[in-house]
Amino acid sequence: MATTTSRDDETDRGPRTRNEHARARGRAWGGAARWLIPMGPALFLLLAFFAGPILWTVWASLTNAALTGAQAAQTEFVGTANFERLIADTRFLDATILTVLFLVGCVFGQTVLGLTLALLMRNRSGAVRATVGAIVVGAWVVPEVVAGFVWYAFLEREGTLNALLGFFGAEPQNWLFTAPLLAVVLANIWKGTAFSMMTYSAGLSEVPDDLKEAARVDGASSFQVLWFVVLPLLRRTLATTLLLITLQTVQVFTLIFVMTSGGPGSSSTTLPLLMYQEALRMGDLGYGTAIALALLVVAGLFSVVYVWMLSKEEQR
Amino acid sequence: MSGERRGGRTGARMVVSAPGRVAGAFLTYVVLGGLALVFLLPLLWMVFASVDSEPSLRAGLPTSLTLDHFTAIMTPEIVYRPIWNSIVTCAGAAVITAFCSMLAAYPLSRYNLRFRKPFLYSVLFATGLPITAIMVPVYGMFVQADLLNSLTATTLFLAASTLPFGIWLTKNFIDGIPIALEEAAWVDGASAWQSLRYLVAPLLAPGLAVVGIFTLVTTWGNFFVPFILLTSPEKMPAAVRVFTFFGQYGSVRYGELAAYSLLYTLPVVALYMVVSRAMGGRFALGGAMKG
Repeated sequence: MATTTSRDDETDRGPRTRNEHARARGRAWGGAARWLIPMGPALFLLLAFFAGPILWTVWASLTNAALTGAQAAQTEFVGTANFERLIADTRFLDATILTVLFLVGCVFGQTVLGLTLALLMRNRSGAVRATVGAIVVGAWVVPEVVAGFVWYAFLEREGTLNALLGFFGAEPQNWLFTAPLLAVVLANIWKGTAFSMMTYSAGLSEVPDDLKEAARVDGASSFQVLWFVVLPLLRRTLATTLLLITLQTVQVFTLIFVMTSGGPGSSSTTLPLLMYQEALRMGDLGYGTAIALALLVVAGLFSVVYVWMLSKEEQR
Repeated sequence: MSGERRGGRTGARMVVSAPGRVAGAFLTYVVLGGLALVFLLPLLWMVFASVDSEPSLRAGLPTSLTLDHFTAIMTPEIVYRPIWNSIVTCAGAAVITAFCSMLAAYPLSRYNLRFRKPFLYSVLFATGLPITAIMVPVYGMFVQADLLNSLTATTLFLAASTLPFGIWLTKNFIDGIPIALEEAAWVDGASAWQSLRYLVAPLLAPGLAVVGIFTLVTTWGNFFVPFILLTSPEKMPAAVRVFTFFGQYGSVRYGELAAYSLLYTLPVVALYMVVSRAMGGRFALGGAMKG
């Protein structure tokens, strides 16, 4: 018990002291029941609908589970066949490349745009901040399906973008066909920028003014202040935000599904869309699950880094 | 937020007082205005087309105003039933998440449990996992357990998917409530349940409301989960129905699509405003906002 208590002391645990802990612990309320009963419902839900499916993923990815046909009745263990198929499958490779491009484009775009907005909105009047903030956050709050619709309308041959470009004499084209990946990247940046803008605004507000002032007095230009003083102080905010954006972006399905449904051909089929097509359109659950597992492993790694970073922060 | 605002105001004075920065400030406003316009443009289509008597895919001021698109979609099959299904599943998930989070977070906050830290880190880890990726195995599980097309099971799954973040948030809220009151109650012989019920719960109510509304906002916008787990049309929530409407008539009845999208969007916008007010502008719940 002593070890547990001392380990607790390493971290900031709110207003309670060790003594209060001991008193809480010392109350006669018997054994495991005191936490098992209240935590029961949550544990049940998490195990049944969260941990269960993940474990099932691992198992099913080693079988030829299918939705229909003979394989549906008799699911067999096929070992690593699904993964061998996965590695050999060019569509999986293409989808992985598209996912990486999508990810890099979105994360880069959201970070630059979010940081720019946060920086520009600092030191501006409340009305400007409120208006611009509300518009950007509005894009974020809109449900993903609706975001898909409005961007479909924006980029379609008859859409707003072509109307605007028409002023400059550009030929109308259906951007969802000519540049599908760029289209979904733009739409996702549009939807996601608010999140990075908000975290960077919060991070910027914690940068002490006197540091910047001191640098300015020493003759640093605005850009130098930003690059050498502000950004280094934002490092941790940047890192967590990048991780969270990555975790959000890697699983984007609805937006792409609504706008292009992975097409034309498979030129915007990222891993979540490939997973959906294989498992639910083609009914090949085993293979679809193998793709799901690949996604889970990648996201899981990012999530581990995220937890590790937060736990380090907590120990400071 | 107040601190941030104060910082902003002194900053503004600094900018004005420094000569030569006025032009820079003007440029900033121009860039900000441009960016705001770019963000607004795609949304304008939805607003304008929904009341335009001759809607197209182009965002343009309506030639003449009409509410016909709204009245046209106001049928049980298109709007009422799907919206009702959405309310049932999302509100159900919100209540379940808030309640289970409170029960689970209380021992995590108040007792010195040996597995507390590993459990909390697992919960945090789970908030990062993509729900999209576990939908295929969940589908397989639902098929085998004969739960497919069940509103109850879908509600439970939605609750489970937001539970990790709910527990995390609630635990932080309970940490902020002083333990002294409860200790006094324990001395007087109150049980843990009584102290949770009569002392913690009232103080936790605003926090639980935030957890509940957060769950409502995320699940209301969630398309993939009901799209996979619910198969019959009469059980479809609005997220899926508006998509099938798009598939059926999307390329012709723009006005109605825009009107439906607007109807479906407004509740989340309203709820979001309530939460961001309640959180005092600190957008702490951005952390787990996923599509």
